[in-house]
Amino acid sequence: MRLRAFAFFVGPSLFLMLIFIAAPLVTVFWNSFHVTKPLYERVEVETCTPGFPKQVCTTSVKQQPILDDRGQLVTETSFVGLDSYRNVLELERLRAALANSDWRAFNNIDFWQALRFTLLFTLVTMPLVIGTGLLIALTVNATLQSIKGPAIFISLLPFIITPVIGALSIRWLFIGDGILTAALEAWTGRDIAMFAQGWTIELMMYLYRVWHVAPFAFVVFYAGLQTINQEAVEAAIIDGASRFERLRYVVVPHLMPLIIFVILIHLMDAYRVFEEIVGFTSQAHVISLQWLTYDFLMPDEAGTRSISRASASAILTMVGIIVLVILPLRRAWRDRKGVH
Amino acid sequence: MSVPKSLRQPLGLSILSNGFLAFWCLVAAFPIVWIAFMSFKTPFDAFSSNPFNVILGPETRSQGLGLSFAEIAAGLVLAYFLVRQAIKWLPRQVESLSPSGSRPFAWLVAVSLYAIVAATLFFALLPTVMGFLNPVLGPFGRDLIGLTTEHYEAVWIDRKFTRNFGNSMLVTTGVVCISLTVGTLAGYGLARSGSDLAFWLLIIALIFRALPHSVLVAGYLPVFIKSAEILRPVFGEAAPVLYGKPWAVIVVLVSINQPFTIWMLRSFFHNIPRELDEAARVDGCTHFQAFRRVIIPVMWPGVITAGLFSFLLAYNDFLVTSLLLDGRNMTMVPAIAGMFNRETTASDEVQAIAAAVSITAPLFVLVLVFQRQIVSGLTAGAVKG
Repeated sequence: MRLRAFAFFVGPSLFLMLIFIAAPLVTVFWNSFHVTKPLYERVEVETCTPGFPKQVCTTSVKQQPILDDRGQLVTETSFVGLDSYRNVLELERLRAALANSDWRAFNNIDFWQALRFTLLFTLVTMPLVIGTGLLIALTVNATLQSIKGPAIFISLLPFIITPVIGALSIRWLFIGDGILTAALEAWTGRDIAMFAQGWTIELMMYLYRVWHVAPFAFVVFYAGLQTINQEAVEAAIIDGASRFERLRYVVVPHLMPLIIFVILIHLMDAYRVFEEIVGFTSQAHVISLQWLTYDFLMPDEAGTRSISRASASAILTMVGIIVLVILPLRRAWRDRKGVH
Repeated sequence: MSVPKSLRQPLGLSILSNGFLAFWCLVAAFPIVWIAFMSFKTPFDAFSSNPFNVILGPETRSQGLGLSFAEIAAGLVLAYFLVRQAIKWLPRQVESLSPSGSRPFAWLVAVSLYAIVAATLFFALLPTVMGFLNPVLGPFGRDLIGLTTEHYEAVWIDRKFTRNFGNSMLVTTGVVCISLTVGTLAGYGLARSGSDLAFWLLIIALIFRALPHSVLVAGYLPVFIKSAEILRPVFGEAAPVLYGKPWAVIVVLVSINQPFTIWMLRSFFHNIPRELDEAARVDGCTHFQAFRRVIIPVMWPGVITAGLFSFLLAYNDFLVTSLLLDGRNMTMVPAIAGMFNRETTASDEVQAIAAAVSITAPLFVLVLVFQRQIVSGLTAGAVKG
């Protein structure tokens, strides 16, 4: 295909990606080094109260925002260097917390708390998703033909559900004396409040994410199992390989490219953890990196949005995901080079 | 069909394996089914810690709201009949009544008409008829389980959820249409070009796919709020404020979804034999003519799949819509988050549950109808990627 034809086909998509993905990255980068503030002027105001025999007048100096002829706030954008990053990272507090090895103080610093949770969330859910997905794929593959269709249908439900709604539905099972909390209480004989402390909320988030994403891993692995070479498996049986050895030395190596694929996608998606925070309203206990940026972007009580800080935290978030996916990407890269 | 030797299992393992599968299916479906039950009960029953109270709803029933045995039976029979007709009778009618050129359009019309008729039968005619029959039927006419639709009425009528629904439909339709048009062209171009440029574009798209959406929104938000000022030199006084405009959100969601869409469509086009369009080229077609006459007629399975995933992205989105739309143009998912945040009473909470079930119901139908396409879409990137 000639370059002109190629440009005709790919052009519109490329244009959209440049304008709405690449360009925002540039503005985010720029914004993270600049702060925009409304300009204030000092005005002397004389206020008089009626009095006898003379009015009582006081003059005071007031800070007042400057308005332009349209009645809009006049703002000024100034270069602040790394100030916004400093505000987000709060290195002094981090240093103090680390020096005293004070876990609670560490957890009170938003950024580091969010980073800890996001990374832990990504790394804890990954093996669980792969394992659960593989287990479901193997059991569906081995079950009766007539059960497979309905089983796939039911398995797709957690995957297809709106993430916020999915998190909410789990929350409604546990909240207060919800049905599952009641069951847990009956089982353990203790009083349980799942939403009162951070670690139980975190636990529910992990479980929710595995519930939500395992179907995806399952479908991918199940498709991979259909293409497995039955002769190789039968040869392994003749060689006396046990069931586990067949799984370990024939099935899993066959699925390896798919496992890498699921890991890559899961890294990207789990690192974005956000909807769980909204669904479980956990911001008092647990927050994630995306939620931190979101929170900076939401207007506060005075109606201002901390764009600069949001940009700084967005850039830091981006650096994190690039570091995370670079390893699996390089592997895919080498595989492709091998093919060529 | 004989089971391959490698799949045969001893009885114990088979029981274990199927037991796990049953357990998984229970876990997968339970939360969704359960909130559906909760949404039809009064708050006291919905949040009862006794599961039977949630299913049977004694307190709801004591308020005279409920379904009798006869109603349940009639409802099941009618539902079975409607589904059967939809599967067997409807496709035949569409095939025979519509000219082959306008098939997709005919399907759209037929399905919407059928849905309206079915809904009228089920929600209007059936309750009226049973209202007359119940007193006559004796024990079968007495309420068996408590059921109330008051929360749905509160959500859809009092809280004007219809407007959020309309916004959601607007955004999703826009995203699916634009994303498919742009993505199909790009996917085809990338699949047919083996150049290094195409390879690099795909790698860059993959990196774009990894970006958390909040990073991008942090870039849009200040620009969108000030867009009237920024665009004034170009558009003069007609410069629009992009913040809060559904069409701006549509373009944003299309762009965010582009990396994924072009990867998926590229792998579909990869599977269409190259010889097909090369033959057309030999016969004197340009690239675009070859695409229009040869590829478009055979590409629909892949495009439908990619469309489903675009739909899901737009429909399920919370982050982008909640930050870039204002209250008036809010879609359903951010609207529900606003609903349960207030959390003043238990009845508010059940209303939020009813809204959640309302949002989930279309997705349920989607899986029911498009299960095969969703599965093929999930595996497309993996097997060919």
